[in-house]
Amino acid sequence: MTAECKECCDNVSILDMYPDKRKELEKYIDSLPLGDDSDRNRGFLIQSLHRAQGIFGYLPEEIQLFVAEKLKLHLSEVFGVISFYSYFTTVPLGKFKINVCTGTACFIKGADGIVGEFKRFLNIDMDETTQDMKFSLGGLRCVGACSLAPVVMVNDKVYGNVTPKKVPEIIEDCK
Amino acid sequence: MTIINTPEKLGKYGKELKGALSRNIKTEILVSMGTCGIAAGTTPVLDELKKEVLEQNLQDSVRIVPVGCMGICHSEPSIEVIDMESGQGAFFGNVTTEMAKAIVAKNIRAAGVHTVAKSWYYPEEGQNAESVLQARIVLRNCGRINPESIDDYISRSGYQAVAKALTSMKPGDVIRTVVDSGLRGRGGGGFPTGRKWQFAAAQKSDEKYVICNADEGDPGAFMDRAVLEGDPHSVLEAMIIAGYAVGSHNGVIYIRAEYPLAVKRLHQAIDDAKGMGLLGKNLFGSGFDFEIELKYGAGAFVCGEETALIHSVEGKRGEPGFKPPFPAISGLWKKPTIVNNVETFANVCAIIRNGADWFKKIGTENSPGTKVFSLTGKINSVGLIEVPMGITLRDIIFKLGEGIKGGKKFKAVQTGGPSGGCITEANLDSPIDYNSLIALGSMMGSGGMIVLDEDDCMVNIAKFFLEFTLDESCGRCTPCRIGNKRLHEMLNEITIGNGTHEILAKLRKLSENIKDTALCGLGQTSPNPVLSTIKNFENEYLEHIDHKKCPAKVCVKLLSYEINDSCVGCTLCARNCPVACISGEKKQKHVIDQKKCIRCGVCYEACKFHAIDKN
Repeated sequence: MTAECKECCDNVSILDMYPDKRKELEKYIDSLPLGDDSDRNRGFLIQSLHRAQGIFGYLPEEIQLFVAEKLKLHLSEVFGVISFYSYFTTVPLGKFKINVCTGTACFIKGADGIVGEFKRFLNIDMDETTQDMKFSLGGLRCVGACSLAPVVMVNDKVYGNVTPKKVPEIIEDCK
Repeated sequence: MTIINTPEKLGKYGKELKGALSRNIKTEILVSMGTCGIAAGTTPVLDELKKEVLEQNLQDSVRIVPVGCMGICHSEPSIEVIDMESGQGAFFGNVTTEMAKAIVAKNIRAAGVHTVAKSWYYPEEGQNAESVLQARIVLRNCGRINPESIDDYISRSGYQAVAKALTSMKPGDVIRTVVDSGLRGRGGGGFPTGRKWQFAAAQKSDEKYVICNADEGDPGAFMDRAVLEGDPHSVLEAMIIAGYAVGSHNGVIYIRAEYPLAVKRLHQAIDDAKGMGLLGKNLFGSGFDFEIELKYGAGAFVCGEETALIHSVEGKRGEPGFKPPFPAISGLWKKPTIVNNVETFANVCAIIRNGADWFKKIGTENSPGTKVFSLTGKINSVGLIEVPMGITLRDIIFKLGEGIKGGKKFKAVQTGGPSGGCITEANLDSPIDYNSLIALGSMMGSGGMIVLDEDDCMVNIAKFFLEFTLDESCGRCTPCRIGNKRLHEMLNEITIGNGTHEILAKLRKLSENIKDTALCGLGQTSPNPVLSTIKNFENEYLEHIDHKKCPAKVCVKLLSYEINDSCVGCTLCARNCPVACISGEKKQKHVIDQKKCIRCGVCYEACKFHAIDKN
């Protein structure tokens, strides 16, 4: 769902809107060696959610319900897991996911100031997305590129030795 | 693909691989392709090297090998050129595509032009240890083999340990070797690995599990990832050995979703090992079966705790449980389970191959072997190092790390991540092992080592770790959920200038309470950064409280920027100020409007005339 159509089509089913994606997720879950033991089936929940988020980009209630039914679990269990793990999101994220590394090495080299600059520039807080659905701002635990600290990741691209001054450049780079 | 089902076949296959290499290949060029290297730009260098070798028609005599982390993160992109005849290697750091071209042209035709001394040796190969401080057991293959090639692993004694264990040792012998070696868990706690295995082996059960904990969550720690990215087979092999020892046929690797490259390489390694019959049914004709599956974490630090990890593998919220029963008695699916960390497993194969006595010769009496550290922070040579236990921090920081960046003054080194503490100048000469670090008020932890200099505020560092704990606390027990929140609030009061002696006393008391009452390791150790900084840097806390000053000039609320008489009116500060609070005519002294100033420090960084004072 894009930002433009979000307001009027809140009632539209995302699974109906993207039958191919639905099929892909269904095929994946059906390929899992599920059995009668619901406890053991639960062991496949996290990987199914990973796949679902990989396909749809986020995990709205409809998809949670779909996964729950497929794995024969309660929706509350599925939601409980999603809300526990920070990797899962129930709201769509922006096209560019800006993540500032908040590991210790980046912290002592000034990651705080970089977060502040992104906040100011994009006019959003941490874990928020700009209205035009272009940018999401978040924190990221150590990416292990500590020699390049402080580090910012935009989608899969790593920017090293970032200073507050470089923030506008990084944003410009996305456009 | 060759199927290997006897130790003899393995030996023969390994020899053939080596033979084929030594016949034709004159030079090997190893290119660092770990996450860190790729981020720094090794991919274009690798492409350029390949292209150049083809253009110069050297593909029969030069072998280009993408390898995992070499450990010299400070000089990424890095490559090593090895002259196969002499075995001499030369390191090249900060390599650009242009340099790659020159390296192919110069060094292959006139080998060894630019030799850089290696700072490590390989105890397994019995090389001289005298002049170098590092000893590589865990990282023995990292940066030396192509992690995506099982042949590369086999050619360096790969799968020989498991062949030996399955065909010539009883499960009890394997466990005894590990017990005798004195290997302790490298994930943080330091529990003797062999003992853990003994407990699980003693249980009678139709199903048992071997779990590899690859949920490396400590900020500033990336040892496990380096092993998984650089030498994934060594972990698989060790897991099979562990399975054989405790009587388990099922292995699970629980890995962070944030490590996509490690996940990819593990998948490849598992597929390759299965393809050659080194993983699966009837290994080495012994009748022993072992399977390994990957399970992904989803961004929860607490899942590094073994009971929480097991809950997560079961598809539940990763909340820790009560111990006992310990996982070795009742773990995954309520079956006996051993959970060992990646680095622990990476030691096992070398111990089985060389014996317990060999291992005990390295390191100290109560902590034999080596430890891998990721050395980061305000240091000249950031990198991944592996050192024998018992080395001093001074050697690590000033020899391997080559001292503090920019000639600043060393202040402290933080080990053990959010569960650890700080060690100051006074204790730099004590030899490090599990026991001594605890005695110093810190802990080994998983191996992150972050060096702090005079510009770091210790109150702020404590606050940083508390923020981390707050974020990662699962919320199950009250001391951790609410206690840490209160600790964080008190630290915040101190950093914004509202600190009192009463707050400091409360901070101490509550920290002790949380330590005593929290449910799991995360909670019990969460106040450590606070206690350790108060113990070692009480004066700094008092400066914040009594004089409302931050001696390191970090705490923004206690700072002010002012322009002094050195100002020449170049307007650079005003142009850079993000909130436009600096005014003044060209060539006239400028003024900062203190009410509008957000104390971001951009002007201070921009000024070329030292005309801005930070107080």
